[in-house]
Amino acid sequence: MNGHDTARLHVDARLTDGRATAADAREAVLRLQGVALTYVDADAEPVPALTGIDLEVRDNEFLVVLGPSGCGKSTLLKLMVGLLRPTAGRVFHHGREVQETLQDVGMVYQSPLLLPWRRVLDNVLLPVEILGWNRKEYEPKARKILDAVGLGGFLDKMPRQLSGGMQQRVGLCRALITDPTLLLMDEPFAALDALTRDEMARELARLWEQRKKTVVFVTHSIPEAVLLADRIIVMSPRPGRIARTIDIDLPRPRADGRKLGAAFEDYVESIRDTIFGFKEA
Amino acid sequence: MLRRLTRALHQYGPPLAAILAVILVWHAVTTWLGVPGWLLPSPKAVVMAAYQHQALFPKHTAVTIAETLLGLGVSLAVGVPLAIVIVWSPFLRRTIYPLILGLQSVPKVALAPLFLVWIGYGMPSKVVIVASIAFFPILVDTVTGLAIVERDLLDMVKVLRASTFQTFMKIRIPSAMPYFFSGTKVAVTLAVIGAVVGEFVGSDEGLGYLIMVSGSQLNTAMVFVSLLILSVMGAILFELVEAVQRLTCPWSVGE
Repeated sequence: MNGHDTARLHVDARLTDGRATAADAREAVLRLQGVALTYVDADAEPVPALTGIDLEVRDNEFLVVLGPSGCGKSTLLKLMVGLLRPTAGRVFHHGREVQETLQDVGMVYQSPLLLPWRRVLDNVLLPVEILGWNRKEYEPKARKILDAVGLGGFLDKMPRQLSGGMQQRVGLCRALITDPTLLLMDEPFAALDALTRDEMARELARLWEQRKKTVVFVTHSIPEAVLLADRIIVMSPRPGRIARTIDIDLPRPRADGRKLGAAFEDYVESIRDTIFGFKEA
Repeated sequence: MLRRLTRALHQYGPPLAAILAVILVWHAVTTWLGVPGWLLPSPKAVVMAAYQHQALFPKHTAVTIAETLLGLGVSLAVGVPLAIVIVWSPFLRRTIYPLILGLQSVPKVALAPLFLVWIGYGMPSKVVIVASIAFFPILVDTVTGLAIVERDLLDMVKVLRASTFQTFMKIRIPSAMPYFFSGTKVAVTLAVIGAVVGEFVGSDEGLGYLIMVSGSQLNTAMVFVSLLILSVMGAILFELVEAVQRLTCPWSVGE
């Protein structure tokens, strides 16, 4: 790889539960400096979506962006991957300014966005085909990933034959097939029912703990954020700003929520206070 | 077996009963109320007419089918590539497409005499009339299908550096298929109308011609036979398109 491996070797003094968070020493995968974005439309007032965003996404960090609707969370993701250009400020990826869309990024959205004419397996292999890689080579891997999320028996099914939660799992597998170093998830569980959503969040926690990746995860569910995150950025709306950054020092694995206890609830309450603070202000 | 029969009865029973009822009422009105045959022929008179002139219909039906299918073929051959080009090129979408949409408001039926003047009396003028009518639903629906792909999906493949060609082959064209087929289904129905209109305006063969001639001779029973054939023809063509859709894109057909 490149420079960020050496950065990982730095030992940080702050150790929690035996696992080096070493947050400050890790090299930033993404760095946003004074980023602002204003949507300009010819016949409407310019709409400031984001303003004054200073943010680092660290290597192998699970970063959650949390906030009410309309606070520019999705816009922030688009800026990170280079689908949008900031109207002010700069975005860096591994120290280089983002000029075009980043490669090596997996994206998962609220809607699974599966292609209804492709079988589950073929949906997962879509990125491989687009990248012009050898499909045959990646087929065993696709099977393996699908197996890991409990869809091993559904390879030949069509998307419409699956439940919403299963479809969203397929979407996740499709994002993972290229083994991207960065995973951007835009409210991936928002369209699911509460029980499935809970189950999916735990499953994602388990998968991530098995195999670390840099993840930026957008949600408006506080418990989901606390369960998954190394660090949470709470955003306030109109225009979107970072209101608060919270390190979540809860032990992992977290998939079994019972072990988290009171500390978990404390984080949830504290974040809730922050968010309700926006409304009173 | 019995279960299958009851299900078939459940599915086809009601529409068949409705058709039977219409025929009965028709029969009652024409025979008992003494409506003259030249005004409304009885069902029996229609069947008789079909039987008497049985040698006449296959030839004229074949002509109308040929005009319809050729015209439909032309509108598919022009409409689909044009739709792809229009969605591919933002320039064409802003220049040619509005022009075509504007032309759509021209009543094509009213153009039929003009095509006759330009192209002549024979089959080619009918094919052009059919094509000019059937072309628009195919073009407009295919453009819609190619264009409305979810923004996030396009973003996803953009991040994968998909070429425009790949985006069309792997995403836009397949997702346009249901739209293309609904456009084609509308076009099929319009194509039959176009063929008949073309024959009305000037022709010496086809079911439209037969209707014109029989009508002028007050041979209403013959008109009815021709109308029946045209209806069945339209229905069969429609079902054919649906069958092709079910065969090629089973995912796009509701359960």
